[in-house]
Amino acid sequence: MSRIHDMGGRFGEGTIPDKDDAEVFHHDWHATAMAVTVSSGFLGGWNIDAGRHAREALRPRDYARFSYYERWMAALADLLVERGFLSTDDLIRAGQLADGTATANAPKPLHEKAIRPADVAPSQVKITPYSRDSGPEPLFQIGDRVRTANYSPNTTIHGGHTRLPGYAMGRTGTVVMRHGNHVLPDSNAHFMGEAPEPLYAVEFAAVDLWDGDAEDAGDSMVLDLWQSYLERAAP
Amino acid sequence: MPHDHHDDHPHSLLPSDPELRARALESILVEKGLVDPASLNALIDTYENKIGPRNGAQVVARAWTDPDYKKRLLENGTDTIAELGFQGRQSEHMVAVENTPEQHNMVVCTLCSCYPWAILGIPPAWYKSDAYRSRAVREPRAVLDEFGVKLLPTQKVRVWDSSAEVRYLVIPMRPDGTEGMTEEQLTDLVSRNSMIGTALATPPGDQP
Repeated sequence: MSRIHDMGGRFGEGTIPDKDDAEVFHHDWHATAMAVTVSSGFLGGWNIDAGRHAREALRPRDYARFSYYERWMAALADLLVERGFLSTDDLIRAGQLADGTATANAPKPLHEKAIRPADVAPSQVKITPYSRDSGPEPLFQIGDRVRTANYSPNTTIHGGHTRLPGYAMGRTGTVVMRHGNHVLPDSNAHFMGEAPEPLYAVEFAAVDLWDGDAEDAGDSMVLDLWQSYLERAAP
Repeated sequence: MPHDHHDDHPHSLLPSDPELRARALESILVEKGLVDPASLNALIDTYENKIGPRNGAQVVARAWTDPDYKKRLLENGTDTIAELGFQGRQSEHMVAVENTPEQHNMVVCTLCSCYPWAILGIPPAWYKSDAYRSRAVREPRAVLDEFGVKLLPTQKVRVWDSSAEVRYLVIPMRPDGTEGMTEEQLTDLVSRNSMIGTALATPPGDQP
């Protein structure tokens, strides 16, 4: 298993909330949390995988008690300090600015990479693909049987980021799509390079994942998995 | 100093109340020149008013009415969706998956909350909930039942766990009795949830 975020298949959860909800943000602070997180991303201090890893690396007890956007804000604060944009003193001052015990100074000149208002709309419809032309040749064809790693495939960083969920570790499935080479999150999240690899959609029979808990013998789950997560299995 | 009551994650230095915490982050980022407050407002406006599930609904309605478009959509999701002007953040690698009398598709992200923002907007709270993320892969039929989705006896369920940067868009089945409807009228039948796979397309006359 990996970390607290890796919850696919976990028992104990109840009813799914607010299924017909059409509201985009339920509180102003949800909108603020989204906006400060997305804007800070433009500073260039981290990539999408490092952003995800920062949320996963929250203490399990914090992750469990935080609501969705609280997870975002905690991870953002951690990243801003870890990547040198803010100091821990800045975070203490941030709290004082928020509760009125300190008064804000005039803003410093805007960081050169900070997103400008006029650039916001175009930035959200811009395509920045994660596919790459470089990297190894694909080893597997559509229809090939493959087996996933028994344990975290991230063998470089102890407890490091990976996108192989626990429920699909050590299981055998079938390649159903080849997506080309994509940036490998296990490396990119730790600023160790993009290390692109072939990415496949791999289909697992529900019974091969959940055994007697599978609801129907014909159901299946498909995951997008990188080549280094996989080894060839018997047909 | 003993550490048993301390958390060495920097975020613990911020106020714990989420509303104060959001204001704290915004205040310090603005003061430091790391974000422009007008950009924050523009981002919020983008997802409150401009980008939402109506984008995806137009893609589905086009696929229902134009067989050649549907063929291209199933072969090359990203470029074919972009023909209607929809592309961007968290939608860089789109794959459309079609519901049929034999196959019902639904989408989840068990590890976080991956979702095609440029096509469907910001994911709803239920999609990001621990309950959906935990249950969708192990008991999709129980989840669908909770959403009120009645499957055909012939339908198998295929759950797509968005574990990479590929985003899956479900093309629901076109409801009966919609033969004479225009593409625009059909768009109203395509709910957000139907494109995630937790609803069927709305029967004509039932749309809100």
